[in-house]
Amino acid sequence: MSSLVTAAGELTSTSTGEAVTFWILAPVAVLAALGMILVRSAVHSALLLVANLFCVAVFYLLQQAPFLGFVQIIVYAGAIMVLFLFVLMLVGVDSSDSLVETIRGQRLGAVIFGLGFAGLLVFPIGSAIDGVRGDGLETANTGGNVQAIGRLLFSQYVFVFEAVSALLVVAAIGTMVLGHRERDGGPVGQREWMRRRFASGGQVTPLPGPGVFARHDSADTLGLLPGGGRASGIGGIPGIESPEPAESPEPPANDGDSALAGAAGKGVAGKGVVGKGDEQ
Amino acid sequence: MNPANYLILAALLFTIGTAGVLVRRNAIVVFMSIELMLNASNLTLVTFSRLHGTLDGQIMAFFVMVVAAAEVVIGLAIILSIFRTRRSASVDDVNLLKY
Repeated sequence: MSSLVTAAGELTSTSTGEAVTFWILAPVAVLAALGMILVRSAVHSALLLVANLFCVAVFYLLQQAPFLGFVQIIVYAGAIMVLFLFVLMLVGVDSSDSLVETIRGQRLGAVIFGLGFAGLLVFPIGSAIDGVRGDGLETANTGGNVQAIGRLLFSQYVFVFEAVSALLVVAAIGTMVLGHRERDGGPVGQREWMRRRFASGGQVTPLPGPGVFARHDSADTLGLLPGGGRASGIGGIPGIESPEPAESPEPPANDGDSALAGAAGKGVAGKGVVGKGDEQ
Repeated sequence: MNPANYLILAALLFTIGTAGVLVRRNAIVVFMSIELMLNASNLTLVTFSRLHGTLDGQIMAFFVMVVAAAEVVIGLAIILSIFRTRRSASVDDVNLLKY
């Protein structure tokens, strides 16, 4: 009888180890959640959410739900967060939030609403849980948590299980439909790519790498100035103007000056000179 | 420690998730805030399961996880298709239904 009483009253307070773990991880979870909504970079948000999910997984483990704890780590922190990061990288990492408020005072309103909502939720719970006595899962978990959940899942909840699996199939098909892109006409072949490339009339050869001197200036190998302009002034890349007229790479004032100044001017504008000489 | 402290923690996490949905403009971060709210409700379910001494709460949390996974997949596909046409993942840019 006395053992029954102690067993029933056991969960009025938890073990010391659980309390220590809770008080260490609960602030971590709350801070990670706060950081998730406060940092500007979406990738940092995702990483902080992972930290929060791990904390919640530990809370599941503490509360005699090892199956859910490991599912949380595998499915949430593993699969779903990888999916989130994948989409973030597809959309572009630098797509951080704009600070423009579409509705005036929305942020302030959200903060006030959040504080009020937290008060409404926390204070009634705090007064209601005073002296609450839990039963604990020792009897329900006899023979293993996973086995017990499996027994429930495939007996009492089997129709819900079927409905949820149908939902998953629908979700997979829906994702395929949403992600599918209809192509205009057939696949584009190499011939068509080439036609488009030359019909646009722009630069057809690859640009020289940075820091490469223009040794040639012809139709197949353009002599390009460091700024991207054409050394000889003929053609060039559309949209990029030559930074200075190519006919006078050296300022005329340098002509009669000392040899030192002339040499320095030649060194600076040497690429343009080389390009001109090659085409003649 | 009272085991129902988990309920207070879950309430706090749920509130933070709500505020995140209201404040953030990036659709992906809004989705992450919704995930946070789902997790808070899951923590509540697991705590009640423990307090009641039955496993039904854990089963419910399991189903919530499955539904959340399906929701994330569909939601991210929608965000991607919107991004493809509008080159933006901000919820402010998708206001065409307003007019």
